[in-house]
Amino acid sequence: MSNDTITREDLADLATGATVLGTGGGGDPYIGRLMAEQAIEEHGPVELLDPADVPDDELVVPSAMLGAPTVMVEKIPHGGEAVAAFEALERSIGQEAYATMSIEAGGLNSTIPIAVAAALEIPLVDADAMGRAFPEVQMVTLTLGGIEATPMAIADEKGNSVFVDTKTNEKAEQFARTLSIDMGGSCMIATYPHTGTQLREHGILRSMSYARDIGETIREAQEASADPIDALVEFVDGYELFDGKVKDVARRTEGGFAVGEATIDGLSADEGRTLTLDFQNEHLVARDSERGVLASVPDLITVLDSETGDPVTTEGLRYGQRVTVIGMECSEKWRTPAGLELVGPEYFEYDIDYEPIEHIHTEHDK
Amino acid sequence: MNGYRLGIDVGGTNTDAVILDEDDSPITQTKRPTTEDITTGIVNALDDVLDAVAFTADELEYVMLGTTHATNAITERRGLNDVGVIRLGAPATESVRPLLEWPDDLEAAIGGKTAILDGGHEFDGRTLNDLDEAQVRETVREFGDADSFAVTSVFSPVREDHEERVAELIHEELGEDVPVSLSNEIGSVGLLERENATTLNAALTSVADEAASAFLEAMDERGIEAQLYFGQNDGTLMSVEYALEYPIFTVASGPSNSVRGAAYLSGVENGIIVDVGGTTTDVGAVTDGFPRESSVAVEIGDVKTNFRMPDLISIGIGGGSHVTREGDDVTVGPQSVGYRLTEESRCFGGETLTATDVEVASGSVDIGPESPDVDAETIEGARSHIRDRVEQAVDRMKTSPEPVPVVVVGGGSILVPADLEGASEVYMPDHYEVANAVGVAIAQVSGQVDRIFSLDDQTRDEALETAKSEATENAVGAGAAEETVDVVDVEEVPLSYLPGNAVRIKVKAAGTLGDE
Repeated sequence: MSNDTITREDLADLATGATVLGTGGGGDPYIGRLMAEQAIEEHGPVELLDPADVPDDELVVPSAMLGAPTVMVEKIPHGGEAVAAFEALERSIGQEAYATMSIEAGGLNSTIPIAVAAALEIPLVDADAMGRAFPEVQMVTLTLGGIEATPMAIADEKGNSVFVDTKTNEKAEQFARTLSIDMGGSCMIATYPHTGTQLREHGILRSMSYARDIGETIREAQEASADPIDALVEFVDGYELFDGKVKDVARRTEGGFAVGEATIDGLSADEGRTLTLDFQNEHLVARDSERGVLASVPDLITVLDSETGDPVTTEGLRYGQRVTVIGMECSEKWRTPAGLELVGPEYFEYDIDYEPIEHIHTEHDK
Repeated sequence: MNGYRLGIDVGGTNTDAVILDEDDSPITQTKRPTTEDITTGIVNALDDVLDAVAFTADELEYVMLGTTHATNAITERRGLNDVGVIRLGAPATESVRPLLEWPDDLEAAIGGKTAILDGGHEFDGRTLNDLDEAQVRETVREFGDADSFAVTSVFSPVREDHEERVAELIHEELGEDVPVSLSNEIGSVGLLERENATTLNAALTSVADEAASAFLEAMDERGIEAQLYFGQNDGTLMSVEYALEYPIFTVASGPSNSVRGAAYLSGVENGIIVDVGGTTTDVGAVTDGFPRESSVAVEIGDVKTNFRMPDLISIGIGGGSHVTREGDDVTVGPQSVGYRLTEESRCFGGETLTATDVEVASGSVDIGPESPDVDAETIEGARSHIRDRVEQAVDRMKTSPEPVPVVVVGGGSILVPADLEGASEVYMPDHYEVANAVGVAIAQVSGQVDRIFSLDDQTRDEALETAKSEATENAVGAGAAEETVDVVDVEEVPLSYLPGNAVRIKVKAAGTLGDE
């Protein structure tokens, strides 16, 4: 499984797959892809390291961008801040990192670490800590494994950096968020230093190559004039939840998050019904006017363009768009009591009980 | 009651013209080859339609022009300006340089002059970095031989003052006449897409000027004193002055016009439109009489942009497409003889076997002086190739498996079979050959609002209502009949952390040209 590399050619597929896993949020991987492209152009391809090949005691340091998606598509990073944060963290621990990693397989942060890996000339581990995208620092499977978010280093594009050490991962999130707003709504972080052993136990393994495969599935279906949504649903073993036209998108920015609701009027088989999508960066709950909740966090809810099968981010949702909403099962790690406490509907202040998507759909099929 | 109006569509292959009477009915039409200099083709078409009517040129009240000139200039990398691309945002944004993903030849065609300078704002309107005027002046002088400039500042959809200051500095350094495109006037949030669109706009200013001059000259030569409008991407009209400043907004006017025209001529308000030209076939969708808009960033000349464009699939098949046979394999396009159909096609005595020749040989149409000899297998192969490609494109544009009405328009309509799979019915309305010209002639005028609204003393809905009624008033002010005005576009950009809760709202309303 080793000796895989990420080349410039892989980046488009990886970005598409990351947008699918980003469930509408996580920031637009387009920017991350271009950052990675420029970095690979300057430094050469990045080694994609199988999790099995990270030595037990070696250090893996995820790097990520933190902030509001609306900011990231405008204020693109300088590039140096990611490396600065990474190196500051290495200095504080007194150990060089063996590899870097994506903290989330969805959205912008799936591809940003590729740029970091290229610039530092170290490998990228084929893994992440969500298997999707989530909005807050503590929402990673590493938290479930007792791994601390800090020491964390935060850097902005102007060359400022801050070092954070906290008692809990939630506190790290709060400090980092406040700092990110002060830094203009986005910054780069190096966080969750952990070992090869911890990675294999608590990470989501081989999710980068999975994202790349998802992108490839969509692209190949498009090229073959096959239905890309059918191909995708089959590949990820997911569910087609709703087909319709976007009627309204209400959004506001709260604490750096894009919060809102999208209303989708049903078409074809779903005609006469309305789907409401609640999002806080990511889509969190999909509610059908007749059938009730169709899917909820931590399961994955993704909106796709009905014609092309291209994933649509919450930022890109617009009146009049024809979209198909699909759902996918999340990692089993999230379905434990501890996982649901961290990222379940209740955490996001929805008054619903989490029901695994495959159960809901058995009921609908009755 | 409207006066007489003339619609002209300058395509890559043909220049079409139509005159509509006071009831918006076509009374005469023509199709002439587009010429290298554009003007000759336009004058030829003008003469045809003016000769056919009982009134004189000075009685025309409006002239509407749709042109693919700008689009062709981009795809063919022809006549583009050398652009000085200035981005304000350093040290942010340096991890993705301007034009990074542009095709090399397009980047070369606009000169490749780019700079990332200090400036820009944060999302909440704070200064990201101070503008360094000396640095700007130095860069402008360095780019001094650029024909035009494209200026993009981080978060200019929130605050445009840095872009505007740089425009002043450019004019101070190089004179008032240097065209400067500012990104906040072109696209929305999304720095790279907006920068791309702005750079393309700047690259097109000379091309637009040339096209407008050619057209005004042609009108002048024929004594036409009507008010001139240009068709834009959303199917509405803009003035000449506006078109010269924002040529990028004309790039998809052709398909929008054909969708509007096809819907008008056929009465099909919801369905699929297939527009067959000389070089390509555009397949679009009509929803309530208007072109459906693309939901994804649209690529123009392989460059991602973020202004609003019709949803479209373009396939390389048209009346002038080369037909080639290798063994049993017959393919049509994507190479085309284009506007040289009447010289190069076999039915006109030329050497190239085109899609038109195949139909002539089959006896389904009679075009040109010659009757080319084409064997039955080639005819069959070419026809089935065209059928497959068109059916696939129609299928991709549909939103459900149920058959939908399909309207076929454009000069190459003869290539499309009347029993398409997936179509409930295939319409080929009267005047189908000049649907684009009809579409631009019946196009509506629009009015816009783009302003920051405070949500302290009003709700989001109230702010939206205010913006909508102001946009409606502006459309009426631009000449639309009040009872026909509808809101066609609403966009919101939330601005947080400003004192009070604020939102930038952009609304566009459009209606038909009203009574004078």
